Amino acid sequence: MTGSCLPKVPKPVVLLVVVLPLLLAVLAPLGAQPVTVTVYSGRNQELVGPLLERFAEARGVRLRVRYGETAELAATIMEEGTNSPADVYFAQDAGALGALAYAGRLQRLPAALLQKVEPRFRSGEGMWVGVSGRARVVAYNTRRLSSRDLPASIRDFTDARWRGRMGWAPTNGSFQAHVTAMRLLWGNERTREWLLGMKANAPRAYRNNTAIVAALGAGEIDVGFVNHYYLFRFLQERGEGFPVRNYYFPGPDAGNLINVAGVGILDTARSSAAALRLVEYLLSSEAQRYFAAETFEYPLVAGVPAHPLLRPLAQLSTPRVDLNHLQALEETLRLMRETGVL
Amino acid sequence: MAVALPSTFALRREVPVRRQPPGPLVLLPSLVVAGMLLLPVVYLGVRAAGADEGIWRLLVHPRTARILLHTVLLAAAVTASAVAIALPLAWLTTRTDLPGARLWSTLTVLPLVVPSYVSGIIVATVFGPAGMVHHLLDRLGIAFRPEGFYGFPGAWVTLTLVTYPYVLLSARAGLRGMDPALEEAARTLGDGGWRAFRRITVPHLRPWVGAGAMLVALYVLSDFGAVSMMQFESFTTAIYLQYQASFNRHYAAVLSLVLVALASLVVLLEDRRGRGRFHRLRGTPRTSRPQRLGRWRWPALALCALVTLLGVLVPLGVIAYWLVVGMRQGMLLALTLRPAVHSLYASLLAAGTTVAAALPVAILSARHGGRLAAAISGLTYAGFALPGIVLALSLVFFAARYVPFVYQTLGLLVFAYTVHFLPQALGPLRAGLAQVSPSQEEAARTLGRSAFQVLRTVTVPLVRPGVVAAAALVFLTTMKELPATLLLSPTGFDTLATRIWSAATEGFFARAAAPALLLLALSSLSLWLLLAQERWREKG
Repeated sequence: MTGSCLPKVPKPVVLLVVVLPLLLAVLAPLGAQPVTVTVYSGRNQELVGPLLERFAEARGVRLRVRYGETAELAATIMEEGTNSPADVYFAQDAGALGALAYAGRLQRLPAALLQKVEPRFRSGEGMWVGVSGRARVVAYNTRRLSSRDLPASIRDFTDARWRGRMGWAPTNGSFQAHVTAMRLLWGNERTREWLLGMKANAPRAYRNNTAIVAALGAGEIDVGFVNHYYLFRFLQERGEGFPVRNYYFPGPDAGNLINVAGVGILDTARSSAAALRLVEYLLSSEAQRYFAAETFEYPLVAGVPAHPLLRPLAQLSTPRVDLNHLQALEETLRLMRETGVL
Repeated sequence: MAVALPSTFALRREVPVRRQPPGPLVLLPSLVVAGMLLLPVVYLGVRAAGADEGIWRLLVHPRTARILLHTVLLAAAVTASAVAIALPLAWLTTRTDLPGARLWSTLTVLPLVVPSYVSGIIVATVFGPAGMVHHLLDRLGIAFRPEGFYGFPGAWVTLTLVTYPYVLLSARAGLRGMDPALEEAARTLGDGGWRAFRRITVPHLRPWVGAGAMLVALYVLSDFGAVSMMQFESFTTAIYLQYQASFNRHYAAVLSLVLVALASLVVLLEDRRGRGRFHRLRGTPRTSRPQRLGRWRWPALALCALVTLLGVLVPLGVIAYWLVVGMRQGMLLALTLRPAVHSLYASLLAAGTTVAAALPVAILSARHGGRLAAAISGLTYAGFALPGIVLALSLVFFAARYVPFVYQTLGLLVFAYTVHFLPQALGPLRAGLAQVSPSQEEAARTLGRSAFQVLRTVTVPLVRPGVVAAAALVFLTTMKELPATLLLSPTGFDTLATRIWSAATEGFFARAAAPALLLLALSSLSLWLLLAQERWREKG
């Protein structure tokens, strides 16, 4: 009465289907492998995947790339300890690179490479180097506002006329890095005042930059604090009619922070030479042109112009912030919690 | 056996007649599984021990209490609404002459295959303050301002829509497995319809609904995708924030331990309410005569249609819209099959190993009981309540440090899925076992079968509906799993879920649309196979 309920599956088939692949999967990495470079990329596959493939092809290096969130990959590297398979860490912001450098997990890079990039866009100790720049901007809905309606400083958004019209992403890494930069520029007290003033204007809290730009396009909010390049992706997908544009503050305002995406070589890297070739490539004019054209970021190596839609880096007046200090997020988090922003 | 016999009996066991101690065949694998499940908890202990005093002060901070309260409220609300939606649907699709019952029974389970991070984006796009509904009503001249949508209401709606199928699947299995002779007997003994329902059907269904409801509650505790999209601050978002913002693994570990404690509480609550005590003595129940709905079939149809619209048609519509918009902008849809193959393969392996690991635990807890069984099944739920990132980091820690040769292999990934989704398999298996009388196994033993033979030839075939339901649930949730897949998969092993994530987080919704549709199609196909098989069994 029981056997008839189950379809008969011969045992060897079960073995073949279930057990064998598992065994193979476990044993496969034990086999011989050519020298490869393993990259942990906190940068998105859609954005940098083609670039990394181009490198692998052109330089004949075998690349293995693990994509994930920048911070989660940093946590992963720390948990892996000395057995980390990663050779290169490619991060979306300077803070995560700073945290790994602080934990002693990065190798010093050769001076010749570092010097390709302005000192303000690399580690003071030479532990990591920025490869592309990302400006913090105010994005605004063009049906509700023109650029003339926007204030001269990010501090002015505490004015009551912005009440209920703003969006930000307090849980997002790039926003938190921005608050850290404010702390470095203004000190804790004035940053606290700004956060409290902003909070009084009841900004909507979004998950990330993408959600803010989408909400701006839908008319949910009038202004939002984001990185500059998200807008251009929406323009690409939705066309020129997408009613959002970026605004830069005149003068070296704290609102005009430029953060970087950058790379570092792990202390546990097994093929440092090959890893170095990847870093070199990311700073080559080919890769820099890719960032300008495909991801709408600012190239950081001299001689490669930014995308024509962007205001050139030289024309931006940016605040003087040491990106090496952006990993000091603990204090920023505390401030954000105390003011009820988080 | 094909002829329905009215002479089936039910035996009510208030107190088990006798409880044999579990044999090694059940005990040893259970202990191995328990060891697996302990890994994340041990890891959290190690990390929490590294926390300084300031962190312990943070733990008793009013803010922590507030998040805890929010999280518990959300879990309770979602569980209640999931049960409220699922119970009528389960009854309508199994016990009544609802027109198109088969079609509805597939359609209403489908929301299960929508990942909550996709569902969150969709719900915001459709019902958000400037969403499609708002614009539509605006055009019709109706002022609709869903200002307070983000936060609790949004998270509640989103999570209810993706989780109610857990209760639905479980309750349907319970109703199908129930012998209608029981209710009929109650009626012949003078009970009215409602009284028979309350006295017979409700207690019979309780373990099934309880198992489903517990999965819902724990899903809510561990979810990140929906709550973060809906801007709702829960324990999980607080944990993610720690990793992301300060690279502080200690505070995250302390918070995660609180989550484990919360999960244990949920499990205890469910456990206290008791299990089913009905066993069927004969193998094949009659199928019940469907209840005539009469005029009530219109509201019944409306309910099915509404749930299908919200849970299936709206997501499909939005994704298809993205696809069309992207194609009109001349976007190339590079649709490769590799991620789909990866997803299917990993999910099949996960379903197989998870059911295999859950079976001894289910037998231990359904047949033998006792403290050990309670402890082990309690542990399984800890793995499910932990956010994927925490579970993944704990396995990174152990594998990279102590068994580096399995690190970032498919084997470890499947292991992670098993630890994570074990309770999804445990629920249906346990409920299935509760319906099978141990006397059949005992009879086989007295007839000279070995313990393993009994397991293979008697127990497993009898709980087959439970086995299939368990495997299907694990398969479907693995298809959409994201955080553990990102950190633990072999480097370069992309799945449909990782492709969707990678496009959607950067705002490339059009590029996310193709893998999302593929994920929904493949998952629906497997679901359809499962349900077809369920019907085949009924006929056979």
